[in-house]
Amino acid sequence: MDFEPSEEQALIVDQVRRFVREEIWPLEAKLDPDASRVEPEDQARLTAKTRAMGLYGLGIPPEFGGPEIDIVTQTLIAIETSQHRAGLYSPCFGAFGGAGLAQLYEANEDQKQRYLFPMLRGEKRGFFGLTEPSGGSDPARAIRTKAVRDGDDWVINGSKIFISGADGADFGIVFARTDAAQGRGGITCFIVDGDTPGFYVRRVVHTLRSGHYGTELQFEDARVPHANVLGEVNRGFAIANDRLTRQRIPYAAGCLGVAIRAQEMSIDYAKQRETFGAALSTRQAIQWMVVDNEIDIRTSRWAILAAACKAARGEPFRTEAAMAKLLASEGASRVVDRAIQIHGGYGVTKDLPLERWYREMRIRRIGEGPSEVQRIVMARDLFDQALY
Amino acid sequence: MGVRLEKPWRPLTAANVAALAAELGVYQLADAEGRVVRIGYAGGRTLFGLRSELQAALAAGEAAKFRTEVTAQYLSRYEELLMVHAADHGALPPGNAADARRRMGRLSPG
Repeated sequence: MDFEPSEEQALIVDQVRRFVREEIWPLEAKLDPDASRVEPEDQARLTAKTRAMGLYGLGIPPEFGGPEIDIVTQTLIAIETSQHRAGLYSPCFGAFGGAGLAQLYEANEDQKQRYLFPMLRGEKRGFFGLTEPSGGSDPARAIRTKAVRDGDDWVINGSKIFISGADGADFGIVFARTDAAQGRGGITCFIVDGDTPGFYVRRVVHTLRSGHYGTELQFEDARVPHANVLGEVNRGFAIANDRLTRQRIPYAAGCLGVAIRAQEMSIDYAKQRETFGAALSTRQAIQWMVVDNEIDIRTSRWAILAAACKAARGEPFRTEAAMAKLLASEGASRVVDRAIQIHGGYGVTKDLPLERWYREMRIRRIGEGPSEVQRIVMARDLFDQALY
Repeated sequence: MGVRLEKPWRPLTAANVAALAAELGVYQLADAEGRVVRIGYAGGRTLFGLRSELQAALAAGEAAKFRTEVTAQYLSRYEELLMVHAADHGALPPGNAADARRRMGRLSPG
């Protein structure tokens, strides 16, 4: 199988690469090393450029106004857009837009009018509320937030944690248990307005990722109308699961982009830096680190593109997506670690992006399902087991 | 670490500022009555961390008192302090008017 980009894909990748280097890098040089956002006027300027490039709203289906760009090309773009300091969690500071909460494409017409279309127009923001203090890797069992039907409403009680963007969101997609006797068959997905009485954002959860934080949510008798049930009652797990699988490909692509940039930096530095009268690049210890980086990078790239190609063909890609996520997050972690070693003391300073990537990459081995869960997903498929 | 910055206020004097370590972190400035006038942070580009930031505040005559918290998570902590202040007082401190230009989050810290 040949994963070389087509001529059109190569042109788009080149365009995005120049955008990152010419627009994002200079802007980022003036920001705090941990910054995850830019000033509103810079944001508007960047977005205007990606719109002019015809690349705004990647991931939004064409029928909803997104560009006609297939998932393989989107993946190639995602590998490019993370190649800057904030790129892992804020690729190009959101200049290419995104699909937002893709679950809303399956919403009914009323919900689309109230939430999806305003979100796509940039008028409303949403959050994805799945993980709870009781766990995030096994949502079928870990979800303890309860929703009980009361007339035309559902009454929600419980809490969520590590939820990004909830403090600034207009609404959220929240998963709650609606049938205690069922596992994954007892979870329902609700659209919760941010100003719902009884819904609280209690605190910022401080992590290794300083500029892009999570929050802890609390629901105390929060009443949500039945009209805000997304999909069907007790069928919410499928919505969550589909999202988790799809998200693994761009998540892995983001890791790979950072690894590629760390490798470029390592090679450049090793050619310039001299020790004991010769460039680092002539030292076998350094050469082997660079070679090991390249092995991790190419392995991840093949796995990511294999998953994207299968998804593009409409074939099942759960195992491939899990493998890509595992290989890319673990491989990129090793690449960044070696890059720091090659850069020596400078590698751990805030002068270079490596220390930020090192911290944030540690989260990537946990976020969107830790490596162990990716192995469980693959093992289930290999043994042809149903999800339990 | 509590949600609020509850350390005792210290007079904003040259001696107190000079004694600060060059650490990353967050700080609050207050007037003589203890009303917070600005929340700030010393980030990765600050020359001497909190000491530099507070020296600038002292030179500008911005406040009578200050308090600090050393933290590597200065950006998320800064956002948290802004949101907690807005929740407690209904608005950002006067010195943080520039932050109101962007869309702030909201907390209900309880």
